[in-house]
Amino acid sequence: MPVGNDNMRKLYHFHGGIHPPSNKTQSTRATIARAPLPAKLVIPLHQHAGETAKPVARVGERVLKGQLIGMPDGIVSSAVHASTSGTITAIDMQLIAHPSGLPNLCATLIPDGEEEWVPRKAIDYRDHSPAGLQHLLRMAGVVGLGGAAFPSDLKLSLDRHKITTLVLNGAECEPYITCDDMLMRERAAEIVQGAEMLRFMLDAEEVLIGIEDNKPEAIASMRAAVAAGGHRRMEVIAVPTVYPGGGAKQLIRVLTGIEVAAGVRSTDKGVQCFNVATAYTVHRAFAHGEPLLSRIVTITGNVLHPRNYEVLIGTPIAELVALGGALPDTDSYIMGGPMMGFPLPSVQVPLVKATNCIIASSKKIFPPPPPVMPCIRCTRCADVCPADLQPQDLFWFAQSREFGRAQAFNLFDCIECGACSYVCPSHIPLVQYYRFAKSEIHAREHDKQLADKARVRHDYREQRIEREKQEKADKLAAREKAAQAARLAGAQPLTAQQQAEQAELETSRAHIRELAQSAVEHADEGTTK
Amino acid sequence: MFFSPLISKSDSVSAIMLKVLLALLPGIVLYVWYFGPAILVSITLASLTALGTEALMLKLRDRPIMPFLKDNSALLTAWLLALSIPPLAPWWMVVVGTAFAIAIAKHLYGGLGNNMFNPAMVGYAVLIISFPAQMTHWIAPHGMVISELTFPQQLDFIFHDVLPNSDTLDALTMATPLDTLKTHLHLDQPMRQILDMPIYGRFAGHGSEMVALGFLLGGLYLLASRIISWHIPAAFLGTLFVLAGIFHLVDPAHYAGPLFHWFAGASMLGAFFILTDPVSSPTTNNGRLIYAAGAGLLTYLIRVFGGFPDGVAFATLLMNICVPLIVLYTQPKVFGKKGSQP
Amino acid sequence: MLSALLVMSAIAAVLGAVLGFAAIKFHTEGNPLVDKIDDVLPQTQCGQCSYPGCKPYATAIAAGEADINRCPPGGEEGIRKLAELLGVEFKPFGEDAVPKAKSLAVIDESTCIGCTLCIQACPVDAIAGAAKQMHTVIASECTGCELCVAPCPVDCISMQVIGEKIANWKWKYPVYAMTATT
Repeated sequence: MPVGNDNMRKLYHFHGGIHPPSNKTQSTRATIARAPLPAKLVIPLHQHAGETAKPVARVGERVLKGQLIGMPDGIVSSAVHASTSGTITAIDMQLIAHPSGLPNLCATLIPDGEEEWVPRKAIDYRDHSPAGLQHLLRMAGVVGLGGAAFPSDLKLSLDRHKITTLVLNGAECEPYITCDDMLMRERAAEIVQGAEMLRFMLDAEEVLIGIEDNKPEAIASMRAAVAAGGHRRMEVIAVPTVYPGGGAKQLIRVLTGIEVAAGVRSTDKGVQCFNVATAYTVHRAFAHGEPLLSRIVTITGNVLHPRNYEVLIGTPIAELVALGGALPDTDSYIMGGPMMGFPLPSVQVPLVKATNCIIASSKKIFPPPPPVMPCIRCTRCADVCPADLQPQDLFWFAQSREFGRAQAFNLFDCIECGACSYVCPSHIPLVQYYRFAKSEIHAREHDKQLADKARVRHDYREQRIEREKQEKADKLAAREKAAQAARLAGAQPLTAQQQAEQAELETSRAHIRELAQSAVEHADEGTTK
Repeated sequence: MFFSPLISKSDSVSAIMLKVLLALLPGIVLYVWYFGPAILVSITLASLTALGTEALMLKLRDRPIMPFLKDNSALLTAWLLALSIPPLAPWWMVVVGTAFAIAIAKHLYGGLGNNMFNPAMVGYAVLIISFPAQMTHWIAPHGMVISELTFPQQLDFIFHDVLPNSDTLDALTMATPLDTLKTHLHLDQPMRQILDMPIYGRFAGHGSEMVALGFLLGGLYLLASRIISWHIPAAFLGTLFVLAGIFHLVDPAHYAGPLFHWFAGASMLGAFFILTDPVSSPTTNNGRLIYAAGAGLLTYLIRVFGGFPDGVAFATLLMNICVPLIVLYTQPKVFGKKGSQP
Repeated sequence: MLSALLVMSAIAAVLGAVLGFAAIKFHTEGNPLVDKIDDVLPQTQCGQCSYPGCKPYATAIAAGEADINRCPPGGEEGIRKLAELLGVEFKPFGEDAVPKAKSLAVIDESTCIGCTLCIQACPVDAIAGAAKQMHTVIASECTGCELCVAPCPVDCISMQVIGEKIANWKWKYPVYAMTATT
């Protein structure tokens, strides 16, 4: 269903969506500032979706800014670098920004204040093959900066699919977050050049840059950059402001009309989507030879000076909070937006590549949820679900742990946007139930795989034991036959060799008897247990 | 520690139910206007019984009492039941019906959100089956019968079963327009002659049609404030209209027209307030269409061919049974799995 | 009379042929029920069910000789699945069979004398080593069955509970109080 707009372009509509208060203006009054160099950086080696990077720096080693300290390990993995020059003082388990509140492997770096770079090599991307560029991105630690931190190089691997459209996501639909908005306002030219590089790698025909229409400055700035750069078939499109219009699937739908189902890659449908900040990082990686060392982060909420900062990866969140000036009644800190973010286990955890926003939270801003009432099946959740799900049914199945049925009702199509919980008049933490059900199902699938592996190994072992027994028995039989034949041949006294053979025969017999005995004992042991 | 989303729309079950109660007010005001204040007595009686039963059941089930008492759902059940039965029904009938609705039809199924049947309609069904005679004590609208009871006399009757010396019950009460129509059609009277009786007004029963109009108004408010979706009222009233229309066109002497069916009996109350009960109705939009169309069909069949004067209650209960199946077969296609795409 | 007989015989012959064909065409190896039950079992091969492995236990269940609540590593979830598969009532664990937290066997390498007894005991070949050589548990293959613990003559094998890590962390079931705040 097309909706009207000033882009002279047909836009499409996705089901549902909500209009929460945006709370974005607080943090867009000031320009992006550079956060000062902290006294200590803690750089997690697992900042991306996939496998933890393998540490390649030694404790006590002096590293330069941009030096590789974590090597990608496995296909889905990415590189991690020293954000500044200094000394690695520890590589150990530290608390990180994760909803579990569990520690993970981190490198601690004490900056020396020199900001001494490793040699940087700018390249002209047009001289390289897409595969070569992909490897550069992997080694530059470029991951999606929209929140999921999926390694960007993998999204550029094309297997025989023709990409028609590259979608650049500047929608930024979550309340409070303004880091992409400010980046687009101030660094539009670099974003657009990054988009051009991504288009080159994807061999895409057109580039559509989707920005929600509540960001007129960003739209104007991006349009100016596209016009100034003379970029052909690249269009900045104002999309209606509706949460979660910035979800990759939703934005692709709005701009192209294509719906990418769960478990389907958008490239199968000829579309690929990158966040604007990722495009900016790609530009820094190629045109300046800089790996991903910093990002723009919004500090907002219950603070005196809400603003966007360019912050080094590994900076303790507390430093950023100090810059914002958290008010005394602040009781916790949220990483991400109020719809999909999570409370940080500690304000000392380091900032990672996925940190787009820190919200100082207080009872005033985010009042504790009212008491939960039973579901009355009013289906407001279904009315707002952008994935056309029936959240009230999924809730029912998750609550009663009927995971099979939850899956049959398309649980994994849920993007956890939280729109359902937002409108629920019974204040049920619906998304929480879906997260629970999803991770239970994943755990079960994992257990199943382990069980299948164990079964195979067990069967193999049984066969091997059987075979070995058979072989031994055969050998024994052959020897006995030979001995008998010898006895029959004549009653000559045994030679020394024959005697030895006889003795050996006896010992193997004894061994087999022993084996049989132990098998019996084993069985006994089993039954008496 | 609580997790995202950390913000929510300031809405609650209690506020939704309150809005539904408010939407009933125009109908209730008109009810009082045309039939006197006796209905307020049964509404009060039902409300008190409902809250009492609710509190007792919550206590027995070891559930927090206050949040549930404040959710207004028991009140809504009480009001709907009181509006469905004759205002002059004796007090103990109101109490029995309401208590049954709350204790059996709601709490034994698991309380709020878990009841398979509309509790108010279960209460109604119990009463009409158990006490059919008392369920015909409908007050006649003002100016319809020779003598009218004053409010204290009505109270006397409701609570003590006492009538003023001169009066008999038959002189004071009358059958509903639907009932009257059915009786007279059985006597082979022509439709035109029946509808000329003073009990009938512009489209349906005198007075009662205005009450129905009041419920329609309240229903439109519910639609406008998105408490209910259009699917159920539209499909229910639409089905009723089409069926009544067809029969009326074929044989106008024996079948009343669509407007009569819309404004007689509990059509409007059912379309906007009873069938739309979210707990006992389907959760999919297509399912709602099927459910309400089915209820419309059953209502018409019961009214015209069945033994009871009105069919909304039984139609609702019968369709309630079908809800899980309807929902199962009307699951919408999810994002990306719809087939047609550019 | 004769024609009727002929017709009946013809029908019998055709149907017999169809059945015979189906028996060959749709022949299934082994006992499908046993395999289905075995599929539900966790394959720890620990013998806690008193059968020498998961498959024998599955066979016993299929034959109706064993209860469905004899497998602690499968947890209550496992019993529930078995109950559903077999169409019987859920049966809680008895007092003698209580599920424990999943754990791994760990060999204290300084104490190990290289006797290979644990290697022989391991039902899934998850212990590597040779005679007079130190042994070690391949963690990714260990099912936590504990069968290697008892045979060790120097008690150098201990079971270590697998703790919660980021990699295996799960979102918890939402817990909240449904209480009156006024």
